[in-house]
Amino acid sequence: MAYWRSMSAPTILLNAAAVGRTVRRMAEEIVELFDGTEGLILVGIQRRGVQLAQRIGAVIEQTEGVSVPRGALDITLYRDDLQTVGPRPLVGKTDLPWAIDGKRLVIVDDVLHTGRTIRAALDELADFGRPARIALAVLVDRGGRELPIHADIVGKTVEVPPEGRVDVQVSDLDGVDAVLVNRGSQG
Amino acid sequence: MSAAAIGKDLLGLEHLTPEQITLILDTAVPFKEISERAIKKVPTLRGMTIVNLFFEASTRTRISFEFAEKRLSADTVNVAASGSSVSKGETLVDTARNLEAMKIDMVVIRHQGSGAARFLADRIQSNVINAGDGTHEHPTQGLLDLLTLRERFGTLSGVRVCLCGDVLHSRVARSNLWGLQKLGAEVAVCGPRSLLPNAIDELGVRVFSRIEEAIEWAQALNILRLQLERMQAGYIPSLREYNRVFGVTRERLERAPRDIVIMHPGPMNRGVEIDSDVADGPHSVILDQVTNGVAVRMAVLYLLAGGRPELAEAAKG
Repeated sequence: MAYWRSMSAPTILLNAAAVGRTVRRMAEEIVELFDGTEGLILVGIQRRGVQLAQRIGAVIEQTEGVSVPRGALDITLYRDDLQTVGPRPLVGKTDLPWAIDGKRLVIVDDVLHTGRTIRAALDELADFGRPARIALAVLVDRGGRELPIHADIVGKTVEVPPEGRVDVQVSDLDGVDAVLVNRGSQG
Repeated sequence: MSAAAIGKDLLGLEHLTPEQITLILDTAVPFKEISERAIKKVPTLRGMTIVNLFFEASTRTRISFEFAEKRLSADTVNVAASGSSVSKGETLVDTARNLEAMKIDMVVIRHQGSGAARFLADRIQSNVINAGDGTHEHPTQGLLDLLTLRERFGTLSGVRVCLCGDVLHSRVARSNLWGLQKLGAEVAVCGPRSLLPNAIDELGVRVFSRIEEAIEWAQALNILRLQLERMQAGYIPSLREYNRVFGVTRERLERAPRDIVIMHPGPMNRGVEIDSDVADGPHSVILDQVTNGVAVRMAVLYLLAGGRPELAEAAKG
């Protein structure tokens, strides 16, 4: 991809072992935040949020001995820039086969940046029902918010300038677990 | 992949590439889920105005487009030829330009004249979607047939599909033929010689003159509607005769070497081109076609609408 050429080499923020530890801690914090797993549904944002929700759910199932439903949400059709972005983004699969009314939802995403994805996710979830509570868990919070949105559970916080990139890789899609940071073109 | 990937208008499948057709089909898959939701609506086309301009009678196609538009939150207006200024002698272009002067974004057109959709698309700014033009093409019907077959067989490559009946007058047949061939299916036609195009051999399709041969060969039959006025015009001797020679019946299918997927674009003439036993039988996907029609039309609307980079530039400036 062209953007790499104009950028300095990425540095590793989290390696595979660190991603594993972070995911386990996030799982613990979700159970702690909700004081258990009653009515808990993990909703991953396409695409890497879905993989992370799977991992977190698996950890909770191991430690708590209960099964945790995991859904997938594609927010493309709720984006606020569809009228202006050039290429039509590909639409992914949304899979939320349960009634979410009165449930406790955790939105899981890989990177929290402007907050616009989460705004879209909240709007989309409102069209599915009225959960008792929605929390947000992200692997990386890179700052740069454009909306009043914050995460309840954060794996790692790192300040990255707007021109920089944070790339989360998960083994199911990328063959390896890692978080890479590129701070931009100054190098 | 971008909006430009399928262009400003959808006029037919003949000039689309296999990649463009696949993009539309792939986009339609996630749209199916929206129609399963309690609130069957996403805000994607909020603020867009779409005119459904129907110069020919249509129930299924018009309603299917309207559902697709409404489920994407577009505002829609239906214009039928009867009861509009068209019946006062206004030309197609004048009608469309007047609509455009009221600030619309898209026109879905069904017209009895072959090439009407292109004629319009060349003359107005709005996106134009062909919902059937004369005996030329009906691209969204072709696309929904492709999607239904792809769901059944997992792929279209190498799948043997026979178009049965009035191929000569059928825009559905034409769109199917282009689409199927581009995605690698093997295509045949079967019908009375009087209802097959003269140059059918040049299209690279098999021609069966007996329905029994078609059934022996095919994995799927797309049974075209026999338009009843064809009998008056002398193309076939009688409907009973047609049913006896070319009708798809349970007895004929029972002699087939395999289960055959049964498709029909509707509206059906039960007892003429297709028997009730077959239409309602276990291998009929006729209602799946209808369900897929809404999803395919949503995908086309999504891919054609908006995505205007010049607006992004203006927003930045």
